[in-house]
Amino acid sequence: MVTSTGRVTGTARDRAAGAADGARGRGRPKQAGPVRRAMSRYWYAWAMVAPVILVTAALVGWPLARGVYLSLTDATEATMGRTIGVNVIPATYEFVGLENYVGILGSGLFWEKLTWTVVWTVACVALHYGLGLGLALMLNRRLRFRSAYRLMLILPWAIPGFVAAFIWRYLYNSDYGVINAMLRTIGLDGVGWLDDPTTAKIAVIAVNVWVGVPFMMVALLGGLQSIPRELYEAAEVDGASPWQRFRFVTVPGLRTVSSTVVLLGTIWTFNMFPIIFLITGGGPGSSTEILVTYAYREAFTGIRNYAGSAAWGVIILALLVVMALVYRRALRKQGEVW
Amino acid sequence: MSAVTTRRKARGRDERGLGGSILLHGTLIVASLVSIFPIVWLVLTSLKPRDGWLSTELTFFDGASLDNYTRVLTETRFPSWLLNSVIVAGLTTVIGVFLASTTGYAISRFRFPGYRGVMWMLLVTQMFPVAILIVPLYNLMAGLGLLNQIPGLVIAYMTVAVPFCAWMMKGYFDSIPREIDQAGMIDGLSPFGTFWRVVLPLARPSIAVTAFYSFMTAWGEVAYASVFMTGDDKRTLAAGLQQFVGQYWADWGLLTAAAVLIAVPAAIVFLFVQRHLVAGLTAGATKL
Repeated sequence: MVTSTGRVTGTARDRAAGAADGARGRGRPKQAGPVRRAMSRYWYAWAMVAPVILVTAALVGWPLARGVYLSLTDATEATMGRTIGVNVIPATYEFVGLENYVGILGSGLFWEKLTWTVVWTVACVALHYGLGLGLALMLNRRLRFRSAYRLMLILPWAIPGFVAAFIWRYLYNSDYGVINAMLRTIGLDGVGWLDDPTTAKIAVIAVNVWVGVPFMMVALLGGLQSIPRELYEAAEVDGASPWQRFRFVTVPGLRTVSSTVVLLGTIWTFNMFPIIFLITGGGPGSSTEILVTYAYREAFTGIRNYAGSAAWGVIILALLVVMALVYRRALRKQGEVW
Repeated sequence: MSAVTTRRKARGRDERGLGGSILLHGTLIVASLVSIFPIVWLVLTSLKPRDGWLSTELTFFDGASLDNYTRVLTETRFPSWLLNSVIVAGLTTVIGVFLASTTGYAISRFRFPGYRGVMWMLLVTQMFPVAILIVPLYNLMAGLGLLNQIPGLVIAYMTVAVPFCAWMMKGYFDSIPREIDQAGMIDGLSPFGTFWRVVLPLARPSIAVTAFYSFMTAWGEVAYASVFMTGDDKRTLAAGLQQFVGQYWADWGLLTAAAVLIAVPAAIVFLFVQRHLVAGLTAGATKL
């Protein structure tokens, strides 16, 4: 810091240094540097955020920088440096510029995966939001057994994602699964849910909806409860129909909560790894593979293609950042503070 | 609301006819059934005798037995994975709540240089796909000797859980009046003292949500756990169950019992916090 004084040992020097210190000490209140002033004013704020900043910088910032760098090389398992016993094998990968990106963006595979990822995200978030809002509206009314309903409806949230994936894989099983058993009971044929691209896609969306609705419902329910009752009463006095009350009181009242949960929901769904990875493994073929699971597969199966995987990751991140910026701008135009 | 009943034209908010009630309860019952059915089915299957999973008949408690549970707990490595998971999730929750609340408090109360940067960092961090971080993070962990170490995994989970939790805590702190802080300061408490002794106890609902979120992150995460924890006795349940699926793929009785045992602790934590979920989450989300 600015004020740290290099103390020198030795009697005469010591005294001189002490005098200098004293002089500086007296002058300090007037001529304290900007850094020091900021320090004394903000130190507790900085101290409180410091641990998170440091951990994030070390474990997200550094890997990110390194990931971006890797995406510009041709690093694979074979060219990566490693240590086997006492033998240190140096890394032999080279800088290749934007080659990986050109390769990915020029491939039909990327656009195919991107299309499905967008369909998946839009379908899931729309269903999450629509169902969550519908259930929240119902639970916000006065009715009997309300807390029992609420508890049952939130329960899927308490099930870890990988367990949910596991349960549903069992339910979807074409021979022993209960869904097909039900179909057979009512006289229909069983469906090989995870064997056909279309039904597999519907199946994973259904699971993700099951997993994600409780969060939306709880957030929107809280939003509904924070709308002042007086507004509804005033609307009633003015003779507003239920639809008008919904349209002109509820919808504006929910706007802030909605914009937040839709943004978060989109980010989370876009990056939803466990559901797809564990239920279909991306299959049949690679038809249900979204961008994230594909990038993971590149990095950890077969010959591990670290550079390719990192390039996919950078593209995914760029897409999300652009999405968030556009979304924020759209909200700003509507007069949102955020 | 009594005045409302006298008016005929527009029906009041909490009034509905018999048909409306039936429709409302009917919809909620159907939704609740869809919501809990998979969980109930899982529990029922796990209680069937050894090969009971092969039958899809909707029989309830036909010769129920705890056979599957005894096998999971005695014939597999499940107990040691459970212990790992409890330690990892416990540490993540405690440290996560602490870091998220200090950070949330700082960005809620103080306007300091770097404030906007911190806000953006917390949002952008949530967008990072696992895929871009996992390889460099693996190398970093290897370099620091943190592979197969519980602290390494806990730190990695911090980066996932804390940003969202800090956002949420900030929103909740925003809803606590600043006058309370000032009163604490006047009584001679330091900024930390005010935070710790005055504000934090008021933020209990939000802390409950944060704890739940951190716990669930650590309890259910698969990708980091299966890449960083490769030693057989170092696995967490999430990674371990994947190995089970490979190993005992034809033994769903065993797998379902394991899945129930994994879900139970999460459900217990959930029951503790669920009262607070609505209040804690919304304050965070509305202010975000």
